[in-house]
This record gives sequence, C-alpha cells and structure tokens, in this order.
Amino acid sequence: MTASQTDNLKRPRMARSMAAILGERTIELIIRICGVSAIVFVFGIFLFVLREGAPLIGKLDWTKVLFSQEWYPTSKGNVRYGVGALIVGTLSVTGLAMLFAVPFGIGAAVFVSEFSTGKVKETLKIVIEMLAAIPSIVWGFIGLSVMNRLIQQYLPAPVGLNLLNGAILLALMSVPIIVSIGEDALKAVPDSYREAAMAMGATRWQTVYRVLFPAARNGLLAAALLGVGRAIGETMAVLMATGHAVNIPKSIFDPIRTLTATIAAELGETAVGSDHYRMLFLIGVLLFSITFVVNLLADLAVRGVRKQ
Amino acid sequence: MRRELVARIVLGAMVAAMVLPLLAIIAYLVAKGAPLISLKFLTTNPTHGMREGGIWSALLGTIYLVVIALAVSAPIGVLCAVYLNEYAKDNWLTRMINLAVVNLAGVPSIVHALFGLGAFVLFAGIGRSILAASLTLAIMTLPVIIASTKEALAAVPMSFREACWNVGASRWQTIWSIVLPNSLSGILTGVILQVSRTAGETAPIMFTGAVFFKKIQSGTLFAYSLTDQCMALSMHLYTVTTQVTNAPEPLPYAIALVLLGAVLAVNAASIVVRSLLRSRKKW
Repeated sequence: MTASQTDNLKRPRMARSMAAILGERTIELIIRICGVSAIVFVFGIFLFVLREGAPLIGKLDWTKVLFSQEWYPTSKGNVRYGVGALIVGTLSVTGLAMLFAVPFGIGAAVFVSEFSTGKVKETLKIVIEMLAAIPSIVWGFIGLSVMNRLIQQYLPAPVGLNLLNGAILLALMSVPIIVSIGEDALKAVPDSYREAAMAMGATRWQTVYRVLFPAARNGLLAAALLGVGRAIGETMAVLMATGHAVNIPKSIFDPIRTLTATIAAELGETAVGSDHYRMLFLIGVLLFSITFVVNLLADLAVRGVRKQ
Repeated sequence: MRRELVARIVLGAMVAAMVLPLLAIIAYLVAKGAPLISLKFLTTNPTHGMREGGIWSALLGTIYLVVIALAVSAPIGVLCAVYLNEYAKDNWLTRMINLAVVNLAGVPSIVHALFGLGAFVLFAGIGRSILAASLTLAIMTLPVIIASTKEALAAVPMSFREACWNVGASRWQTIWSIVLPNSLSGILTGVILQVSRTAGETAPIMFTGAVFFKKIQSGTLFAYSLTDQCMALSMHLYTVTTQVTNAPEPLPYAIALVLLGAVLAVNAASIVVRSLLRSRKKW
C-alpha cells in the first residue's frame, strides 16, 4: 500500500557519483523538514498568539472575564474585558446556522450520493464546489446589502443585521463542507450493504434511513463537526452581517457580536502591547483552542470510520 | 412507494435550497455590478476617496499576494505531501503530522491574522507589508495543498514505483522521474484551487499588510515592492462597503462581481483541467 512496505525488497543499486548521492541526501533532508513543517506551524501559531497575549493572563480575574458580558475595553475609568456575551454570540450564531446547515447538508449529501447519477451528480458536485469558493467577504457583502433589506421587509425584525442574517450566511458557507465530507462517508459504506437491503425489498429511502445512516454515522458526525469548526472560525461574514452589538440575544432578530468579529474590528485600533491588544490575542488563543478540539473530535470520528 | 417519492422531493428541495442562492447571488451581482465594469474600471486606480476611478491598485495587490503566497506554500506543501506519501512509515510521527495538517486546516482565518501579526510583522520585524501578508496566506493554504497533493500522489499506482526501483533507480530518482510527472495534473489542480481561496481572503491580510488605500503608479505591473503595504480586492470591497460614505451604489457590487468572477473562473479552470486529465489517464 505505501512505499514503506517495499523497503525490505532488495533493490539493485548502480554505482553513482558522490555528488549525486550527496545531492539526493540534501533533497531528502529538505523533504523531511517540509514533512514536519505542519507540526511546526500548528505549534508556532499557538505559541506566537499566546506569546502576545500572555503578559495579561495573570492580571485578569478569569471567572469575570469568561462569564461577564461587560466588554468595555476602551472605557476611560473602568476597563472591563468580559467575553461572556461574545462567547454566547459565537455559540448562538453557530448553533442556529447548524440548525439549518446540518439537515440540509446531510440531505443534500444523501441526494448526491444515493439519488442522483451521471451528469446530475457531476453537476451538483461542481455547484457545491462553486458555493464553497465564494469568499467570505462576498457573503458579508450579500448579508449587508441584500439579506439586510429582505429581513427588514419580510420579517418582524427591527434591524436587518442580526443573528438570523449571520446564521443564514454561515449555513450557506458551511453546507458545502458538510455535503462533501458527508458524501465521502456515504460512499465509504460498502455496496454490499445496499445490495443486501435491496434484496430484502427495502426502498431506497429505507436503505438510506435504516442501513446507510447507521453505517456512516461517524462520518456524518465528522461532517457536522467540520461544519461547526468552519462556522465558529468565520470572521468577515459575521462581522458585516450580525450587527456587531455586544448582546446576549433574546430572539433570532437581535444583533449579536462574535469572538472573531471582535478581533477583526478592534485589533486595528489598539496600540501594540496594550492590555486591549493582549486581550484580543487571548481571545485568539480561545478560538484556536475551541477549533482545535472540534477538529480533533472530527478526526477521531473519521478515524472510527476507517477502522470499520 | 409514497414515502419514497416524498423523500426524493424533500431531498431534492434541500439541494435546491443550496443551488438557488448561488444562482441568485451571481445573477444579482451581475445585474447590479456589470454596467460599471469595463477595461478602464479594471485598469485605472481609484480616485476621489475611492468613490471614482477603477480598482487597479487593489487588483494588482491581490495578484501580488496570491503569487507570492503560493510560491512559498506550493513547494513546501508538495514536499510535505511527498514525505507523507513516499517516505513516512506508519508511526507516531506520521500520525502527528496528519493530525497537524487537519488542525492547521481548521485554524480560523482571524487567528492566522493574529499569528501573522505576532510572528512576521512584529517578531521577525518584517513590518506590515506584502511579504508578511503573503507569508500569512501561505501558511493558511499549506494544509489544503498538502491534502490535495497527497491524494494526487496516492493515485499513482504502486507498480509504477516498483518498476522504476527494479531498474535500479533510487527513491528520489523514482519520485522525480515517475511519481511527480504522473501526478502533476492532480497537484496543479489543487494549487490552482488555492489561487481562488487566497484571492478571496480578507481577515489574514487586514493586519499584516493590506491597507484601505495606497497610491501607486498606474500602467506598470511592478508598482509594489515586497516591503510595501498594498490594497487588495477583498479588502477594497470591505473598505468601500463599510468605511467609505457616499460611494456610488453600483461600486461595491462591481468589486464583488470582479472578485467572485475571478474566483469562480479559476475554479472552473481547475475543474476543466481535472476532467480533461482524468479522461486521458490510462490506468
């Protein structure tokens, strides 16, 4: 399967010049260095972001920071760094987005994988790729210009830039990844399962519901988790579409603010090395940790699929 | 049987709910933005506080960022994939690398921005510049290039390598003369796809090198230098929609359309390349 399996085969070697051998050694060394680069970068990202934020860690009252919703980083007399409302903002917009994206994404994955063939299948896959390619800034602009007006016109919402607006955008942005990973998971179920179900007289939908869903459970879970990871980390679209008000939402028409959007909006205005600046890096550490865990879980779920 | 029909219709509707917004967005942007787009719009610099003129300086900035970012990340990513697919044994280090690749792909773009600012701009002392922004983008695209290249390399049949080893070629000679040429199309497709992703990113470049406005010489392709800050299409769209007051109404639509058009054209190109090469493959 891999190159390493043939290691023990004796390969005849021709006599080669010292220079050629040295050259090859150098290249192989470079390849090895590049090989571990991904690890270096993941640690590097964590360390450098933490490094900028670290001096502030000891100065904060962490229960207050995590649970207070008072985010007043530029207050003259009483600076407060409560990220509670920002965390709730991120979770609410991600949660609402997943409420749309997970059923639709998995439904679309089933349609592409089980209910369509040939040209239709190819076309749908291309369309989904296209959807995935739309830059987040363009989504943000759509939210700001189009969705904003639609929501104000047709829904009983005082403002168009709110939780719902951001969630719809996030759903559309994370659906492609759910579809493509979900489709992979369904494809990985052996055809013999389908044949067995058909032979018992099951309809296609019964096969999907009773056979494929249980068999592809882990892969579908991974698809949903990767969608969540994508939604939590999204910045520009939520920055432009959610109204950017520090607020615990009481309805889906309330404006909110997310962790990511806060960094994007405020980092440009802080002085390097100030407390506010360091706090934004600490929010970055928090975001990194959340997505790290989500991706780790998704990876474990996928690995479960492979073991089967 | 009725349930079967219902399932088919519901699932079809779910697909439609994804396809229709895509078409609607494209149609709407074309309707609103297309009248403004002309060769002159693309090739003149913005003037009058970005309310008039074209988008040349932003377009050129995006090209700089994309080219430099991929020039850095493509070789590293390809070699990393070569390591994973051709050299690595199934041990803890390989598992760590694979896990790192997955997690690197999931790092939020704004965290990449913080990293770029902390590591390249401040720690390495490069300052806010095209170079710092490109390096930030490069790290962001790296995991995807690794993944797509790995897939392309794995698609080369093992028998090709074995045949090459049997005539006495070393491992690297085999990779260079057999594996890479036979997977080149797949590798290229993966890299091309990253062109579109890189061009669309905003958050990672906001604090590392992109600026709201920069005056550059028009009519030359070499108006920026590596240590300059630059404008970028994505950033320009953000600026015009949120920072510039009284911008003419079609202007942001036109910018969004140019950005989206470029991204989708690049994607379409990679799809065409892929299907052409797939049909030519003989194994």
